[in-house]
Amino acid sequence: MKEHSPGYGFYVFIWLTLLILTATTATAAGVNAGKFSVFSVLFIAGCKSSLVLAYFMHLKYESRLLKLLFFIAIATLTIFIGLTFVDFSLRGWFGI
Amino acid sequence: MKEPEAVPIENEREAASPGEAPHRDYEGTKMGMWLFLFSEIILFGGLFLLYSIYRFLNPKDFHNASLDLDVVLGTLNTVILLTSSLTAALSISALRDNHKKLSLLFIGATILMGALFIFNKYLEWSAKIHHGLYPNSHILATHPRGEQLFFGLYYMMTGLHGVHVLVGMGIFCLVYVYVARDFVNASYFWKLENTALYWHLVDIIWIFLYPLFYLVS
Repeated sequence: MKEHSPGYGFYVFIWLTLLILTATTATAAGVNAGKFSVFSVLFIAGCKSSLVLAYFMHLKYESRLLKLLFFIAIATLTIFIGLTFVDFSLRGWFGI
Repeated sequence: MKEPEAVPIENEREAASPGEAPHRDYEGTKMGMWLFLFSEIILFGGLFLLYSIYRFLNPKDFHNASLDLDVVLGTLNTVILLTSSLTAALSISALRDNHKKLSLLFIGATILMGALFIFNKYLEWSAKIHHGLYPNSHILATHPRGEQLFFGLYYMMTGLHGVHVLVGMGIFCLVYVYVARDFVNASYFWKLENTALYWHLVDIIWIFLYPLFYLVS
């Protein structure tokens, strides 16, 4: 059984950080337009989910095997998305 | 750590023979849950990919359609879900510290916030449907193709996410009863932990749905 259990205060701290990031992303989307906005809000969403994964879901304190499995799942998804985008953005380039 | 007074029935059932310590594979239990969560990531990942490609092909229509969504309600739901994730995490800490009542309070709060989230979603969907913005409606059919795709994806993805929230609430209700009856306690809490893991993943999915549908313009 896991011995490590962050205290209540630490969870509240993570929650406050998540709320601040939400406020940031809401204002950033309102101010900026265009492609920058897409990448900035996705970056912030990535940060938020990393915090939830690492601390709320304790992934930071899990075994190396579990971390590796998580990495494989994310890598698989990245390959799916990456290859599909390469396909769509290069369509028509080489007369195909 | 104080031993729970009542012998949990579940533990007895798992014992190989009376008097023998039950065999528990805590790591295996958790890993099984994570494997399920990976399949959920891939499930929603596929939908995110679909969204991204259609957005890439119809940037203008997606922009116009996203303006129809209520950013305030979306942000409110984000805050609700993040807070419910906090209470879900705190319920485990409380139970491990032998604060059963506090743990029950946190589980109850999580369920309540899930209900609030669903209620907001109901308000949001009914407003959209009232304006004729739903799949196969005559009004939406007059909109550009990209906007129709946007709303199709909107209903599909937030709907599937909503179903996950409902399922999570149901499982949390069950775990609430388990904790109240000491089936789940300070030394035997994987059911609560795995439920919380599921709830956090549902939260993470919303973390991505929120900017993609409500904010990106």
